[in-house]
Amino acid sequence: MTSSHKLHLKTYAMLLIMVLFAPLGNVFLGKGMKNVGSAVSWSPSQLLHILSLVLKSGYIWLGIACLLTFFVAYLLILSWADYSYVQPTSSITLLVVALLGYFYLGERIAPLHWAGIIVICLGVFVVGNTPPRTTGAGAD
Amino acid sequence: MLEAFLLFLVVVSGTGGEICVTRAMKSVGEVDDFRPLAVARVISHALKVSWMWIGVSMMALAFFSLLAVLSIENVSFVVPITALNYAAGALGGKFFLGERVTPRRWAGVLIVCVGVTLVWLGKR
Repeated sequence: MTSSHKLHLKTYAMLLIMVLFAPLGNVFLGKGMKNVGSAVSWSPSQLLHILSLVLKSGYIWLGIACLLTFFVAYLLILSWADYSYVQPTSSITLLVVALLGYFYLGERIAPLHWAGIIVICLGVFVVGNTPPRTTGAGAD
Repeated sequence: MLEAFLLFLVVVSGTGGEICVTRAMKSVGEVDDFRPLAVARVISHALKVSWMWIGVSMMALAFFSLLAVLSIENVSFVVPITALNYAAGALGGKFFLGERVTPRRWAGVLIVCVGVTLVWLGKR
């Protein structure tokens, strides 16, 4: 296996983990925060009350666990790939979030909203074919 | 207004944090060994880099702002809007990390920004 092939293989493996766990994390956080509700005022006692509800929410903890998994994959990929490559490429998570929001959380999504998400993903594909590293040794 | 402020914090603090974390990971070096112990060693090494702590603090601020905005808005609206950090990220990658952002990448980032605008308009 050539070093370039290996570089792409491990890059795609980490991207897959990121694309699965980031949306799941966000959806669980969204569900958890909808259960907790928003702050009526920004007084310290109200914020402490909200924080205690957040810490007791199973969905929030599930979301944090998913986001931590995402974060570890993110740290690893950033040790070899450009930030400006990883960040746009992982934005496919936006489409996954919208699909989960629609099907799992029952959120209403307007046609223009869907169009926007698809345009964002198009941007992702434009970026996706650029070399993953432009600095240091082994830059393509 | 509050919603816009929280989204601003999510984008700016989140992107700033990610750029600091990237800088820290680049100083740690490329990871080739993915066994749990080796990964734990890499993370422990990364935690000794000050950029990592600055980055994690900024990302924590972004996280709590995200929680706050998620209590007000739908996740399918909030998360696509945070894609604005792609523009901030390309700028940060170029000017802070010295990455060569190709015209094709800039074009992709521009398309992402158009998509974010459509998502925002779709909500209004």
